[in-house]
Amino acid sequence: MGYLPLLWAGLFRKKTRTVLTLLSVFVAFLLFGLMQAVTTAFESGADSADAKRLLTIARYSIIELLPLAHLRQIEQVPGVVGVAHAEWFGAKYQNESNAFPVFAVDPGRYLDMYPEFLIAPAEREAFARTHAGAVAGVRLVQRYGWKVGQKLPISSEIHPRADGSLAWEFDLVGTIDAEDPAVRANTDVVLINVAHFDEARRLGKGRTGWYVVRIDDSSRARAIAADIDRRFQNSPDETKTQPEKEFAVGFAKQIGDLGALVTRILAAVFFTILIMTGNTMAQSVRERIPELAILKTLGFSDGKVTALVLAEALLLLALAGALGMLVAAGALPALNRAIGSRFPPLYVTAGTWIAGTGIVLALALAIGLPPALRARRLRIVDALAGHR
Amino acid sequence: MQALHQIAGITLLNLRTLPQRLGTSLVVVVGIAGVVGVLVSVLAMSEGFRYTLASTGRPDRVILLRAGSDAELSSGVPRDAATLLATLPGVARDPSGRPLASVELVVMVDLPRRGETEPNNVPFRGIQPAAFDVRDEVRIVEGRPFQRGLREVIVGRKAAREFAGLAVGSRIGFRDSDWTVVGHFASNGDVHESEIWSDAEVTMSAFRREGYQSVTARLADGSRAGLRAFRDSIGRDPRFSITALPEPEYYAKQAAVLSTLINVLGYTVAGFMAIGATFGALNCMYSAIASRQVEIATLRAIGFGALPVVVSVMIEAVVLAIVGGAAGGALAYLYCDGFSLSTLNFNTFSQVAFDFRVTPGLLTQGFAWALGIGLAGGILPAVRAARLPVTVALRAG
Repeated sequence: MGYLPLLWAGLFRKKTRTVLTLLSVFVAFLLFGLMQAVTTAFESGADSADAKRLLTIARYSIIELLPLAHLRQIEQVPGVVGVAHAEWFGAKYQNESNAFPVFAVDPGRYLDMYPEFLIAPAEREAFARTHAGAVAGVRLVQRYGWKVGQKLPISSEIHPRADGSLAWEFDLVGTIDAEDPAVRANTDVVLINVAHFDEARRLGKGRTGWYVVRIDDSSRARAIAADIDRRFQNSPDETKTQPEKEFAVGFAKQIGDLGALVTRILAAVFFTILIMTGNTMAQSVRERIPELAILKTLGFSDGKVTALVLAEALLLLALAGALGMLVAAGALPALNRAIGSRFPPLYVTAGTWIAGTGIVLALALAIGLPPALRARRLRIVDALAGHR
Repeated sequence: MQALHQIAGITLLNLRTLPQRLGTSLVVVVGIAGVVGVLVSVLAMSEGFRYTLASTGRPDRVILLRAGSDAELSSGVPRDAATLLATLPGVARDPSGRPLASVELVVMVDLPRRGETEPNNVPFRGIQPAAFDVRDEVRIVEGRPFQRGLREVIVGRKAAREFAGLAVGSRIGFRDSDWTVVGHFASNGDVHESEIWSDAEVTMSAFRREGYQSVTARLADGSRAGLRAFRDSIGRDPRFSITALPEPEYYAKQAAVLSTLINVLGYTVAGFMAIGATFGALNCMYSAIASRQVEIATLRAIGFGALPVVVSVMIEAVVLAIVGGAAGGALAYLYCDGFSLSTLNFNTFSQVAFDFRVTPGLLTQGFAWALGIGLAGGILPAVRAARLPVTVALRAG
C-alpha cells in the first residue's frame, strides 16, 4: 500500500494521455456491463426456473392444443403434487399484435404453481371469483396506466367468441409482482380466467395449450416426466414433458446463440482496448527508463520494479473497469423504467462482476507484462547512459 | 495559394514520418477498424433479415387472412370461404381458366438445428398445385416435386441447410407419420426457403386440421386500383370476414420487430465503441504532435501559418481513419458476408433462415463513421499544435 503514491505519480505522469486511456477502458467496461445484462435477461427464463416444475406440451409442436381431460390423468401420476394449465390468447391491444402475453388460466391452480408471484390475497380471491376476471403484471399496469377495477378491452388474433367477434373484454381485478428481478420478467403478462374464456369462445372448447406440473422431488423429474408422457402414448394427443429449465433453455436456443454473438462483439471491443492501452503503457514505460534505472540504483530489486510496472497496469484497468461497471449497474434501473415492460428487466449480476474482474486481471497481465519484463531486464548503466 | 502550398508541404512531411510512429498510429487504425467492423457486421445481420422478408412476395399478389390477424399462424379461413375466395372474379386465371390462387395452411414442426438436439419451430406449409403457378419464382433445385396425396415433402433450400435430417431421400417423422423428403426448392432467397412444403389435403389430415389459414392469389389487375377493387369486393361480401394484404406489405410487417431490435443493438454497441475509439484517436494525435513539437515550431518560426498546421494534423487523422475504416469494412465483408443464420421471428413465432448481407450502403455508412471518429479525434490536437508558442516549443526540444 505504501507504493500507491508512487504508482499514482507514474500513472498520471502525463495527465491527458492517462485520462484518455482511462476513458476508453471505462467505455469498454460500461459496454460490457450493459451487454452482459442483455444476455442475462435472455437467459433469465432458465435462471428463474423452479426445479420442481415440469411443463407438458403437445409432442409434435408447441402450438398444438391438448385436451383439458389430461388434467385428471396427470394428477394421478405418482410424484405429482399439483397441475395447472394455460392457453395462449394471442392478444392484440391498441392495434399492436402481441403487445404482451395473455394466458387463459384456472386462477387458483395457476397461482398455486407460481408461489414467487406476489398477489394480495383479496385480489387473488377476486380473480378466482370473477368470471371475466383478469390480473396483470405491475410493469404492464404502469406502462398502460391501468387501474384495478377497470375493464380491459383486449382483442384476440386467434380465438373468436361465439358470435365470431375477436373483441374481448375483461375486468382487471388485481396485479401480480415479484421480488426477484429475474422472476419479474415472468410477471409481464395478463392472466385471464379460463372459466369465462372457455365458455365464450367458439372454437377449441375443452382444450388448453400446456400444463404446468409440480412434483415433490426434483431429483425424480425425468422419471415423472417420462411417466406422464407414457400415459398418453399412442393416443391422438401425445405429450412431451420436460423440466421447466430445459424448456426455457430450449426456447432461448430457438432465438439462436445470442451469447456467442455478444461474446464475439465483446472480444472485438476488448481486443481494441488491449492494443490501445498496451501501446500507451509501453510508451509510458519507454519514456521512464531513466527513472526506472534510478529506482534500481536506489536498491529496488528487479522483481520489485517488474511488480511496480504490472501494478500500474492493474491500477489503470481496475480503476476504469470498476467505474464502467458501476455506471452500467447504476444506469440500468433508469433504462428499465424507460423501456418499460417491453423487455425483461436488465441488471448486472454477480456473475458479470466476477467475469469483469477476470477480464481486468487478464488484460492487466497482457498489457503490463511486456513493459514490465523490459523494465526487469534493464541494466542500470545502459539505461542511465541513454543506450536503450 | 501559398496556404495550399504550405498545407501540402507539412502534410507530406507528417505522412512521411508516420512509419516512425507506427505504434501509436496503429492504435487509431485498430480502434477505428474495430468500430467499423462491429457496426457493419451487426447491421449486415439486420439487413440480411430484412432483405429475406422484403424480397418475399410481389405487389400483384395478395395474401388473404382472417380479419384482425397479422400472421398466418393466428389466422383461420374456413374451407367453404377459402374455396369461394379463390374463385373471386378479381383473381387472375391461367390460360386453361384455372384461378391462380393457393389455399394453404401452416403448421409448426419441431426440428433440431444441425448438430443440436433442441427443437425449433419450423413452418410446414400445405399448398395446392396452383401454388407453383402463383409463385412462379419457386424452382425445384434438387430432386422432384411432391406427389399429391402422398406423404412427401419438398424443403426450402435454407431450411435444408440449417436443420438436421432434411437431405433429399431422407425420412422425417412428424405426428404418427413418416414423410419422405423428395426435393429441395429455391425461391429467390426469400422467407419460403425456410419452410417445408407438402400437399394441403395430406397436411390437413395428418395434422388433423379442419380449416385453412390463408389464401395467396395473383390479382388479374395488379395495379393499386385493382387491389382496391378486389378489397372492396371482399369487404362488401357478407360471407367473408377477411383482410387482403399485398404480399410486400404483409412481409415487411413481419420483419419490423426483429430488424428494429438488431438495429438498436448495432447502433448502441458501435456508438459506445466509437466514443472509446475517439479517445484512442485523441491520444494518438496528441502524442504525434508532442513528438513533432520542435518540427512544428521550426516551421512556424520560418513563416508557416497556423491554418496549414491545423489542416495537416487533421489530414493525418483522416488518413489513419480511412485506413481503419477500410480495414474494418474489409474484415466485416470477409468474415460476415453470406454467413447464414436462423432465428425465431417473434412476429410469426417460426424460424427464419437468412444470410448476412454486407451492402455497399453499409460499407459507406461504416466509412462515414470512421471519418467522423478521425475528425473528432484530430481537431483538438490540431488546435493545440497550432497554438503552441514557438519559443516554448523550441526550448522543450
